[in-house]
Amino acid sequence: MKRYDIIVIGAGPAGLAAAQAAASHGARVAVVDDNPLAGGQIWRGGPDRQADPRAQQLWRELRTSANVHFLQQTRVLYAPEPGRLLVQTPAASDTLHYGQLIIATGARERLLPFPGWTLPGVTGAGGLQALAKGGYPLQGKRVVVAGSGPLLLAVAATLQAKGARIGAVVEQASTPALARFVLGLLATPSKIAQALQLARQLKGVPYLRGSYVHSAQGDDALQSVRIQRGGKRELESLKCDYLACGYGLLPNLELAQALGCATKDGAVEVDEWQHSSVPGIYCAGEGTGVGGVDLALAEGRIAGLAASGHVEQAQEAFGRRARWKKFAARLARGFALRPELATLAGDDTIVCRCEDVCHGELRTHTSWRSAKLQTRCGMGPCQGRICGGATDILYGWRPDAVRLPISPARVSSIID
Amino acid sequence: MRSTTVTLNIDAREISVETGITVAAAIAMAGSGVTRRSVGGAARAPLCGMGVCQECRVTIDGRMHQLSCQTLCAEGMRVVTS
Repeated sequence: MKRYDIIVIGAGPAGLAAAQAAASHGARVAVVDDNPLAGGQIWRGGPDRQADPRAQQLWRELRTSANVHFLQQTRVLYAPEPGRLLVQTPAASDTLHYGQLIIATGARERLLPFPGWTLPGVTGAGGLQALAKGGYPLQGKRVVVAGSGPLLLAVAATLQAKGARIGAVVEQASTPALARFVLGLLATPSKIAQALQLARQLKGVPYLRGSYVHSAQGDDALQSVRIQRGGKRELESLKCDYLACGYGLLPNLELAQALGCATKDGAVEVDEWQHSSVPGIYCAGEGTGVGGVDLALAEGRIAGLAASGHVEQAQEAFGRRARWKKFAARLARGFALRPELATLAGDDTIVCRCEDVCHGELRTHTSWRSAKLQTRCGMGPCQGRICGGATDILYGWRPDAVRLPISPARVSSIID
Repeated sequence: MRSTTVTLNIDAREISVETGITVAAAIAMAGSGVTRRSVGGAARAPLCGMGVCQECRVTIDGRMHQLSCQTLCAEGMRVVTS
């Protein structure tokens, strides 16, 4: 068993900021992360390889800190008792002991079902970006990027840089909502610079506002998508090899819930020190509500300093956190999902991809529990992480409890 | 000089790829990108790209249910899709 003063779960911006802040005062810190390399999603492929100077600086400091240990390709299974975590790597398992825990498990994409969404070639938006950063072959491929949020533009730019031909970026938000969001960017000049740079990179790529993917077509794999364009009667068909479609982000709450942390409106509840409802457990980044990299860095720093007992220094980041929280609120308002998105699935459209449970079997249920017991919805290996975000929008119910272990585990990891 | 490619075996076929790429990417380079069959028998390929959806799971070096999107290719690795 390994002992640490502070364990940080997740090596994205929040986790790295938390680890650096805690370690700078000498705490013995472990960073547990399920990917082969640190960086999380936005700094995927390693913080040292990012253009963002904050990533490089955090990485430089963390790499030279003898009191920081990175445990990559390591997943938390559950807490056998307070202060301990059972973790699993591809080949082994271990128990880690902590004094304080900082949960920085980030977010996943909200993926919504529509006819054809299970075809090979249909991915999440951030999903295809992540795959592309891992070397997924996109040279010369025709890609439609769709869904909602500023992430779509970043995704399109990444994919284009990897050689993909972007047919269109399809944004469900309406033109007035987008206009209000753009106006609100005046409060965050760094985001304007980012938006302008993306616009330059994506010059010539159609940006379809108030539009959404209605269905995907193909026999064994994706061949085309049908798009409902804002204000148009007829659906428009676009040929493509990939559809990268994601409807915003959802916090990964499973670990916090498994440890008993209170959540509200799909986010972990924390106080001003990023402390959760459970003594000694903090949460930072998207887990407390989706807000992007700047908010994650501020929250991570506050959590790391507070957890290591440096509350006065933590207060220095309060202003920054408040500013980016406002940005997060504008983001949520600007890209609120339109009701039509809940009407796309047909009775034979699969909603739970792990167990192949269709919309027709689910739409009459009034709770997650009833659907689960009678259809197996959410009982497969993703444990409701994908379908739960969809049932919330389609039927108004979502997973009511977290399952242990929180990740698929080998029997030997648990009974050894 | 350190080699910049690794050779792995995907469904009994050798493929050489650059170091640092994921098994999911190598599977797409080697063919259709299909990683598994669903409960109903349909072909599935990676969806979330970040270790959540489990669609990309394959057998790697005899260990079942490994997530190909979160595994980097290594020399001599044996990958079986289903």
